[in-house]
Amino acid sequence: MFERKQFSRAAAFAAIAGLTAVAPAKAEDTVKIGMILPMTGGQASTGKQIENAIKLYMQQKGDTVAGKKIEIIVKDDAAIPDKTKTAAQELIVNDKVNFIGGFGVTPAALAAAPLATQAKIPEVVMAAGTSIITERSPYIVRTSFTLAQSSTIIGDWAVKNGIKKVATLTSDYAPGNDALNFFKEHFTAGGGEVVEEVKTPLANPDFAPFLQRMKDAKPDAIFVFVPAGQGGNFMKQYAERGLDKAGIKVIGPGDVTDDDLLNNMGDAVLGTVTAHIYSAAHPSQMNKDFVAAYKKAFGTRPGFMAVSGYDGIHLIYEALKKTNGDTDGTKLVEAMKGQKWESPRGPISIDPETRDIIQNVYIRKVEKADGELYNVEFQTFEAVKDLGKTKK
Amino acid sequence: MTSILTNLFDGVAYGMLLFVLACGLAVTLGLMNFVNLAHGAFAMAGGYVCMVLVNRMGWPFFAALPLAFVSSAAIGIALERTLYRHLYARSHLDQVLFTIGLTFMSVAAVDYIQGSSRVFINLPAGLQGQFDLFGIGIGRYRLMIIVICGLLTIGLQMVLAKTRFGSRLRAAVDDPRAASGLGINVPQVFAFTFAFGCGLAGLGGALSAEILGLDPYFPLKFMIYFLIVVTVGGSSSITGPFLASLLLGIGDVAGKYYVPKMGPFVIYTMMIVILIWRPNGLFGRTAAR
Repeated sequence: MFERKQFSRAAAFAAIAGLTAVAPAKAEDTVKIGMILPMTGGQASTGKQIENAIKLYMQQKGDTVAGKKIEIIVKDDAAIPDKTKTAAQELIVNDKVNFIGGFGVTPAALAAAPLATQAKIPEVVMAAGTSIITERSPYIVRTSFTLAQSSTIIGDWAVKNGIKKVATLTSDYAPGNDALNFFKEHFTAGGGEVVEEVKTPLANPDFAPFLQRMKDAKPDAIFVFVPAGQGGNFMKQYAERGLDKAGIKVIGPGDVTDDDLLNNMGDAVLGTVTAHIYSAAHPSQMNKDFVAAYKKAFGTRPGFMAVSGYDGIHLIYEALKKTNGDTDGTKLVEAMKGQKWESPRGPISIDPETRDIIQNVYIRKVEKADGELYNVEFQTFEAVKDLGKTKK
Repeated sequence: MTSILTNLFDGVAYGMLLFVLACGLAVTLGLMNFVNLAHGAFAMAGGYVCMVLVNRMGWPFFAALPLAFVSSAAIGIALERTLYRHLYARSHLDQVLFTIGLTFMSVAAVDYIQGSSRVFINLPAGLQGQFDLFGIGIGRYRLMIIVICGLLTIGLQMVLAKTRFGSRLRAAVDDPRAASGLGINVPQVFAFTFAFGCGLAGLGGALSAEILGLDPYFPLKFMIYFLIVVTVGGSSSITGPFLASLLLGIGDVAGKYYVPKMGPFVIYTMMIVILIWRPNGLFGRTAAR
């Protein structure tokens, strides 16, 4: 079921079906979900987490919904939009999938958008976090988060909690700019001041000079957004340069302290305050069970990408239940709108207007528990909508 | 004032690191006339060996560093004997295709064995943090890099210029046929040099994990930096790449500090300007071979 090589067999099958000019009878009772994920390349941990979460969900809930058997086809796009597009085409044309899902980065999600519109099949975005994504096709539904959600909240929180001067360090690409702009808007509206603004190149070997600049600007805190993976480097150099001792705090959207990497960052990261949608330390019973099951199956802690994948497949299951197994794409998207459920991250729902996710955003602080580092939630902003839509 | 000196210090440390990583490439490219784009793969191997020894088996960091060197050198010599030596006489295009293929294989292999996420080496507490010297912030780890790399550079230059092995190597490069006629075992000299270059890369990989980050894409991400060092420095000696590394390291750090908006371009702009001014690199031979 979970074969990456499925593609060639499916293609052969499709070819035979075409030859004999008989619609494949089997397609009647299977629902195919094409997952396009970065399984290799710098974003591979995102792909792996989502794939793991989907496996886990299907183990727990079974692979049959509304009388249909669910079949997952995973394709690797290495987070390169050209490959995403090719993969989406193959999945839609050859494999005749009923859903496409995944999408590790914003450009990948955007590349598949016109195809989803044309083929009229739902595109479930389970990772990418720029606000505009859901506006690019009426078939896009998102179960991850938007950077506007976490960045506006941390901006509001910072001004209310004695942080007056902030220096920002963000990666120079769409999500980084989203994070920066939404943070700035809310932070300055509340009376805060941005004293220094640095955008780092996406492929950045050494943070030293940027951090020195931050240190010399003497802010109360640094607002940071760097893509998953670079967070560790950033935190290490932050400590090396003694910014922690100079009393400069780190705040930001939660990507910098992703559960996936948090434990490797060392004690320098203690006390970092971030706003985010999920922490493996979320105290609900459902999350405890989820974390335990995930750890048991894969040996690592789930991060927010895993939860987004878990919710993504859940949404697909629920939509199929609601349409009674009808695989018409338009009906499925309708069925997804307004869905409400309890996720390991807390209560979430799909906004019927924007097809984007509405969820709680938590303010968390990195603390040590049982010798491991966790993001411990201490304040909740309930049911946050995406504030970053261009069409208000 | 102090921030200028702190930046200078950071730049020197960064440059030194680039030098250790790239000087093996200068040796293979300049002395042996072989284009080895898989150079970063040896650096990555050293980094991962060090990580496994320190993090998983509890070795002290300073004991693991020499082993990073030795293991990369061993891999280097094995590959040189089995694969590389068949390509010495081939065209540069063949060498490029072969070594870039090797790079991709190494990326996939490490991804498979160790996973794709970034790893860090646990450092002893004595190497962490920064101390102030007359108001200049000195990172302990960066200071260690400068010391180790400085000693290595002096050692290398001595070996190449003063020892018998150094003169054999230079003879073997200048005219392999005449050198073998004089009784110099040219393939052996090349194999040894190649292995040593790989070992240095391995050491560089282990040292750079803390600053540049170590993941399976290391060889691809930093290939461009190695090539810049070698092209700017010229590949006929090791002082050229050394000065080029320092220049680029300081330039990169200063550029990112003073003009952060232009930061990433500084290193490339410097390369272009230098190559227009001196097409064979700062210290290249005037006549291309």
